Amino acid sequence: MTITRRQLFGLTAGAATVLAFNPKMSFAAADETDAAIKAFTGGAEPAAGTVSLDTPEIAENGNTVPVGVSVDSPMTADSFVESVLILADGNPSPAVATFHFTAMSGVAEAKTRIRLAKTQNVIAVAKMNDGSTYIDRKEVKVTIGGCGG
Amino acid sequence: MASPKPRVKVPKKASQGEVITIKTLISHPMESGQRKDKKSGELIPRQIINKFTCEFNGQVVFSCDMDPAVSANPYVEFSAKVNEPGTFKFTWVDDDGSVYETEKKIAVE
Repeated sequence: MTITRRQLFGLTAGAATVLAFNPKMSFAAADETDAAIKAFTGGAEPAAGTVSLDTPEIAENGNTVPVGVSVDSPMTADSFVESVLILADGNPSPAVATFHFTAMSGVAEAKTRIRLAKTQNVIAVAKMNDGSTYIDRKEVKVTIGGCGG
Repeated sequence: MASPKPRVKVPKKASQGEVITIKTLISHPMESGQRKDKKSGELIPRQIINKFTCEFNGQVVFSCDMDPAVSANPYVEFSAKVNEPGTFKFTWVDDDGSVYETEKKIAVE
């Protein structure tokens, strides 16, 4: 069991550093990601567009993957982005970070660095102050996984 | 572990209404709770910074909830609109309850 999992992950990541993976690590299922999105949007299905993710196509080191998110919004007191949820559907736990903006943010843009365990989708869900939600997802290829060790 | 050292980059001055970019970094291992001790094989307990807040003159501008998937030495870049001179206050909250703070002043010309 242990070896098969390791081999599988090693192949998926296309990396020789199979040992970097923790065999007991359980990876988040897709439904866990969906549940996180639902919890964030309050059950609504987020629309595509408006929010855009900026991720590298290939991340050599899964320990620090730069991720940027920007939302098209005037950012005034009447219309602004409330928060943006970042998820990674292939990590042991899909939650990555939640940014909370205010009208004082000027523009709804934020960048950070995240850990990715393997090649997977990074998802951004934006929630506006009027309750509407938008989603964007990008696949990031990871050469060396960034958790466990 | 050495005490986490926050580093923040804020422009010294801005024109009124300008949107500035703020870059912050704090030295912290962000122990995910997934790693095992190589010798004993036991899980290293999770210890991360779970909350970051930026306030300007007492009003929250930007905040961020972090989960273990945020990299070590968490880096956050965001923007703020400056309408008046004042002080940015940055706060990081650790899992163990410690709070790390730093402040930066900005002038408006």
